[in-house]
Amino acid sequence: MERARAAPAPEKIRRASAWTDKKETMKPASFRYHAPKTLDEAVAVLAEVAPDDGRVLAGGQSLVPIMAFRLAKPTHLVDINGIKELAQIKVDGGKLRIGACVRHAAFYEPVCDGPLGRLLATVVRSIAHHPIRTRGTFCGSVAHADPASEWCAVVATLDGEMVAQSQRGERIIPAKDYFAGIMTTTLQEDELLTEVRLPMPAPDTRVGFQEFSRRAGDFALSMAVTIYRLEGGKIADPRVGIGGAEPRARRIAEAEAALRGKQPGADVFNAAGEAAAAAIDPLEDIHTGAEYRRDLVRAMTRRALDSAA
Amino acid sequence: MSDKVDITLDINGAAHAISVEPRKTLVDAIRDDCGQTGTHIGCEHGVCGTCTIILDGEAIRSCLMFAVQADGRKIRTVEGLADGETLHPLQQAFIDHHGLQCGFCTPGFLMLAANALEHNPDIGDGELLDVLASNLCRCTGYQNIIKAVRAARDTMRGAKV
Ligand SMILES: Cc1cc2nc3c(=O)[nH]c(=O)nc-3n(C[C@H](O)[C@H](O)[C@H](O)COP(=O)(O)OP(=O)(O)OC[C@H]3O[C@@H](n4cnc5c(N)ncnc54)[C@H](O)[C@@H]3O)c2cc1C
Ligand code: FES
Ligand code: FES
Repeated sequence: MERARAAPAPEKIRRASAWTDKKETMKPASFRYHAPKTLDEAVAVLAEVAPDDGRVLAGGQSLVPIMAFRLAKPTHLVDINGIKELAQIKVDGGKLRIGACVRHAAFYEPVCDGPLGRLLATVVRSIAHHPIRTRGTFCGSVAHADPASEWCAVVATLDGEMVAQSQRGERIIPAKDYFAGIMTTTLQEDELLTEVRLPMPAPDTRVGFQEFSRRAGDFALSMAVTIYRLEGGKIADPRVGIGGAEPRARRIAEAEAALRGKQPGADVFNAAGEAAAAAIDPLEDIHTGAEYRRDLVRAMTRRALDSAA
Repeated sequence: MSDKVDITLDINGAAHAISVEPRKTLVDAIRDDCGQTGTHIGCEHGVCGTCTIILDGEAIRSCLMFAVQADGRKIRTVEGLADGETLHPLQQAFIDHHGLQCGFCTPGFLMLAANALEHNPDIGDGELLDVLASNLCRCTGYQNIIKAVRAARDTMRGAKV
């Protein structure tokens, strides 16, 4: 005869009780944290950990979200925020030198006299939101190289230089050899971007910037940086940089050619917009078709030229 | 690799000695380890702003920083806004102008606005809009938040003269 089975002892009910629950859940994967105090130390740690996907932590405003999604699972983070020598911004030899710990918010007021200070103060207002600008860094944006990074568009337009430091030494990478594609640069994994250098345009240079994004603070769908001078009423030294429309920001020679030697005005600015729209190989996604991006590039180029002062 | 690090978070003047994994975000440490649950968590990737706090005098997203990075630094959260039983002018203005409904976004908006007014008591309406555009609210439609912050600015300015 089968023995009646005893009723099972009531299981202990475990309540997941909000914040008092001691079980720890965290979105990012584990990593080891390094907080070097000097550049030499940082470069040494980076050399050691880079082969295991060790990475630099600057403002964290791109890296931490990516880690929260576990799109990145770095095993080591080298936090450079405590390195005082990297927090400097200065004008030296006709160039603005922006250290790796200089935050977006530093550009709210012109950081230097003349057109460059004005341009950077205009552009910063389109980057993310205030509490992100208080942490995110200029160099971090340039290292991250989002196609829609405003600072990358500025660096490409002005032919800035990236200063990369590793235990193997220092090298200077011109913008044209630096941006390689979507979030891809020629910076090596053991290299720390210590500084970005922007040439100071002549005092009479006119600078313009326009971008289009669906909501304030969103990544832009297209942007244009335009720069020119007037010589005898004609456009000289024109530069047109487009960001957000292609895998990487770059100067558009066709649009610059449409401006060079011409008298500024609606027709000429339209022609430059047309040339830029025709020259790009637009990124496409489900919300933004190629033709729409071309339209935006046309409009942003024209409006940036219109606004150039 | 769950080696914990001993740190001290200074929240509204009180020292909280805690032990955290480096991967713990500042907002998680403030809430889970220090029990200061006034600061809310929404998206955890920098978009919504409900986790906004003031760190060493600057408004930041506390979900985009690791707790170890805030060791020994001055943190201010919504719990520190009122002066005893007296609400901060911003808190009072949010009540008076219906600047909140469910209240989920409110701690973030309060810290964001408090920081903006501290930096510039005479902040213009345009600049205020740029700052307030940082955070999301799914209830109010924003207009009453903007009204409340403008009113608090005017009250605080009046009180100073
Ligand atoms: C809601 C939201 C909206 C945003 N909107 C915009 C926007 O409109 N436009 C825009 O441009 N950005 C935007 N951002 C991103 C923001 O500007 C970041 O600050 C920036 O992209 C990265 O800079 P960071 O200092 O925060 O770098 P981190 O996030 O710390 O690092 C980003 C990457 O670069 C590497 N890195 C950083 N610094 C260095 C260095 N010195 N040397 C070597 N490698 C380095 C890191 O290892 C990491 O891979 C937004 C972010 C958020 C959360
Ligand atoms: S939780 Fe930090 S911005 Fe949404
Ligand atoms: S009051 Fe409900 S989200 Fe703002």
